[in-house]
Amino acid sequence: MTGIDWDLVLGSLGPLLSGAIRGTIPLALVSFAAGMVLAVAVALMRLYGNRAVAAVAGLYVSVIRGTPLLVQLFVVFYGLPSLGLTIDPWPSAIIAFSLNVGGYAAEVVRAAILSVPKGQWEAAYMIGMSRPTSLRRVILPQASRVAVPPLSNTFISLVKDTSLASLILVTELFREAQQIAAFSQEFMVLYVEAALVYWVICLALAGGQGSLEKRLDRYVAH
Amino acid sequence: MSPTDTPPGATPDPTGARASSLLTAAGVSKSFGDVEVLRSVDVSVARGEVLAVIGASGSGKTTLLRCLNGLEVPDSGRVSIGHTSVDFATRPPARELRALRDRSAMVFQHYHLFPHRTVLENIVEGPVVVQRRPRAEVNAEALALLDRVGLADRAGAYPHELSGGQQQRVGILRALALRPDVLLFDEPTSALDPELVGDVLGLMRDLAAEGWTMVVVTHELQFAREVAHRVAFVDGGRVLEEGPPDQVLRHPQHDRTRQFVRRLLHPL
Repeated sequence: MTGIDWDLVLGSLGPLLSGAIRGTIPLALVSFAAGMVLAVAVALMRLYGNRAVAAVAGLYVSVIRGTPLLVQLFVVFYGLPSLGLTIDPWPSAIIAFSLNVGGYAAEVVRAAILSVPKGQWEAAYMIGMSRPTSLRRVILPQASRVAVPPLSNTFISLVKDTSLASLILVTELFREAQQIAAFSQEFMVLYVEAALVYWVICLALAGGQGSLEKRLDRYVAH
Repeated sequence: MSPTDTPPGATPDPTGARASSLLTAAGVSKSFGDVEVLRSVDVSVARGEVLAVIGASGSGKTTLLRCLNGLEVPDSGRVSIGHTSVDFATRPPARELRALRDRSAMVFQHYHLFPHRTVLENIVEGPVVVQRRPRAEVNAEALALLDRVGLADRAGAYPHELSGGQQQRVGILRALALRPDVLLFDEPTSALDPELVGDVLGLMRDLAAEGWTMVVVTHELQFAREVAHRVAFVDGGRVLEEGPPDQVLRHPQHDRTRQFVRRLLHPL
């Protein structure tokens, strides 16, 4: 049992943080944003689309939730080229993660919309709003309050899941750790260090979730 | 604020109500599944008239009110307010329902204020977002309305910070700010603690005196007697009896009306 190689720990911190800042975080942010747009669209399709539209949306959610993320990632990056569609690692990762988040978040958004009392729709209609305006001005703002805690979980999961992108050659936090570990043969040190960086990012996100919930709760009686 | 085209304090001649009716519902029917809630109901309200609609729970009176602004879509019949007329022989497009809805404003039993918006924002939402009137002008109007009901200092509060009676008065102001032709009230005091009822009814009495056209579904017989020009008793999905308050409430023609009024006046 030798001591911890602190020079290695400190020396590798730079590349790991760089992987987080240039890989993990933007990958998670972009995928989450795109996934949320998709999720709202899919939720609205399921709630208000005709039978065919709702069925398509339901099938999408079922496929995404019923298959492993790693498989989805491999289908996009390693599978599509055999159909003549080759996509670079970064866009592949963003496509796969967005589709994945969209499937899970769609159900959260749908449930949150349904949780808004029917009277709010009626009041919105009463003042003359159309359905899209009612959704935008009255229903979604209230649904967002309900959706923030579960969506925060989705986002935190996504941040950790981006480590899978290392398997399709995206340079991010975990791939940096793997490369340094392979070179230095200090697997334990590097992987624990990578875990700690993920943990710190998620702690910060959980803090952000708390203050966001507080802000959204300002109009609710306690 | 007073309704457009109506001299303040105008009282319509009850006998001439049909000739100059502002709101007309003709042959309105509505079923929920197998249950016939409204059976070809006819109602008309003249400009400046206050119609109180009374009846037992489940009689169809709230459904009738909701059919007047398309929140409930009748299965058949016709509803007209002013020059806007919607035929329900086939399901009308959303655009037509909105046109009808623009003519009236409703006050709900459970207020249904927007919880994520302040009192002031609740009142100006419709005029600014839907009617696209200038925000500054609408804000000033809303503040004047709030001042009138003694809630000017609550303009920035959220609905949950108000008492039920205050919330319902804001609900009424939200309706007024839309400048509707007709005000529809759905049991506006039924959800309130008894000591808070007076403020709301007082405001409604003032509005009636200003000449607002109002349809009020209510259990407050005293309000119906003192403020309404006409009372309609709904039973089994029909208007069983209607006329001046004194007639319907003191000398009802039908046993059902008599029983209902007696039960409300003497619950024990």
